[in-house]
Amino acid sequence: MSDKLKVSVCGVEFKNPVIPASGTYGYGREYECLYPLSKLGGISVKGTTLNPRQGNPAPRVAETPSGMLNSVGLQNGGAKKFLEYELPNLLTKDTRIIANIAGATAEECAELASMMNASKVDMAELNISCPNVKQGGAAFGTSCAAAEAVTRAVKRELPDKPLMVKLSPNVTSITEIAKAVEAAGADALSLINTLLGMRIDIKTRRPILKNNVGGLSGPAVFPIAVRMVWQVHNAVNIPVMGMGGISCWEDAVEMMMAGASAVQVGAAIFADPYTPIKIIHGLEKYCDENNISNISEIVGSVQPW
Amino acid sequence: MYKQGKYLIVKKKAAAAGVFDLTILCPDIARLAQPGQFVQAAANGFFLRRPISICEIYDDSIRLVFEVRGKGTEALSALNAGDNIDLIAPLGKGFTVLEGKKAVCVGGGIGTPPMLSIASRYGKNARVISGFRSADAVILQKDLAGAGCETVLCTDDGSAGIHGLVTVPLEEILKTDKPDIIYACGPMPMLKGVALLAKEYDVKCEVSLEQRMACGVGACLVCACKTVRNGEQILSHVCKDGPVFDSGEVDFS
Repeated sequence: MSDKLKVSVCGVEFKNPVIPASGTYGYGREYECLYPLSKLGGISVKGTTLNPRQGNPAPRVAETPSGMLNSVGLQNGGAKKFLEYELPNLLTKDTRIIANIAGATAEECAELASMMNASKVDMAELNISCPNVKQGGAAFGTSCAAAEAVTRAVKRELPDKPLMVKLSPNVTSITEIAKAVEAAGADALSLINTLLGMRIDIKTRRPILKNNVGGLSGPAVFPIAVRMVWQVHNAVNIPVMGMGGISCWEDAVEMMMAGASAVQVGAAIFADPYTPIKIIHGLEKYCDENNISNISEIVGSVQPW
Repeated sequence: MYKQGKYLIVKKKAAAAGVFDLTILCPDIARLAQPGQFVQAAANGFFLRRPISICEIYDDSIRLVFEVRGKGTEALSALNAGDNIDLIAPLGKGFTVLEGKKAVCVGGGIGTPPMLSIASRYGKNARVISGFRSADAVILQKDLAGAGCETVLCTDDGSAGIHGLVTVPLEEILKTDKPDIIYACGPMPMLKGVALLAKEYDVKCEVSLEQRMACGVGACLVCACKTVRNGEQILSHVCKDGPVFDSGEVDFS
């Protein structure tokens, strides 16, 4: 692979800007039989909490026009299992590893940060935007004061690794939250997490999701994600990873033009597990055909009217 | 190990009203597939794939028999011989095959298709009890007989076979000629009834479960189901831990 796709996000070098998004790719094990994980720029692993979590009751998924709702609720084996069982395996895969962490309290997030700081992950992504948990999650990400406080607490315990904070789109002004998080010491931002939605079975008059509501993802949210990445990129001085509905290389180019230094791909992987690989090939071809020596040249290059 | 790709539909027929029967040329999938596994089929115009259990496995092809349940399966039913179908397969944990032993397979409605792939491994050593709502919904009886299996048919309204639930003939067999294993797929109340009988008569029993899915490979964790392992309640995942579970592991409450 040429260096045309090499990108750097707050000091971390990625061989290409395509990263499967947290919660859509597990720890990579399920996709390794299709292609080597070393082809990927990195992997943002399944959201990790201090203790194991069972998540929400099923059904946890509902289809929507061009997308889906999920209400998994951060089911995971806990930080100890991640560090002792998953991370050693991931570190042999020759790709960047982003630890996605979530806590019910700022103290819990800080404890997770300190565990990740002592580990060999390349960076940490703090999830302050999960719509499917009762404590923490979006409660942190929808208020500037709470977002700032949790970011500060986490950064204090993560002195040796870059901290990326994953923002919620379920807010009145995402730029205000972004600026608060930047002021609190975040090294990068990732956005958007899912949009809160709901579907109802008209025969039973019951919500399809047992959790009643869940997070919307897939191509349906893409224009909202592009708009928010553009707004945030213009409002802060730290890099942004763009995600939300990306399903092809053209979407990745669009997201980077809006201001994303790298992209994360999520729900599209369920429809086609080769999506990240196809995007990487598409970006290479795009660079070749447009005489672009490095894909970073297009970051934020949209020329607004 | 699974594959993803577009595969040719070589044969299509109607199995019953709203039930379709596709034979798909897919040598790489057919070589890997085991009874009880499933495919994730892409439905034109829909974001998520549809999980469908594998009905029969041949040398270079597989057979899928599915019911139109909504708009996605309706789109799949519009495919014809000569069209391609996009599959991720084979997926999940299939049935345990006990070589040289006797099996009873219990299928309820559209839970019957996966019974054909496992019953045909046992041939004359398998008895297959299938239950349907009425005579016009009956499927696969000739195929099961053709595989050498003894078939027992039940309908809810008595319009064909025994008038009543599959658990009635199942208990008769358990009393008179106990098998080494029971396999079941169908609605949850039926599976619960079969599991209770299996426990009462102390016979190993495997059930195939269903749940709304997204990835189908164990990454997204949406297809949770309640299970008990080592006395501990855990939410397992139908796509990777199943769809086949030991009936003693499933929490039917």
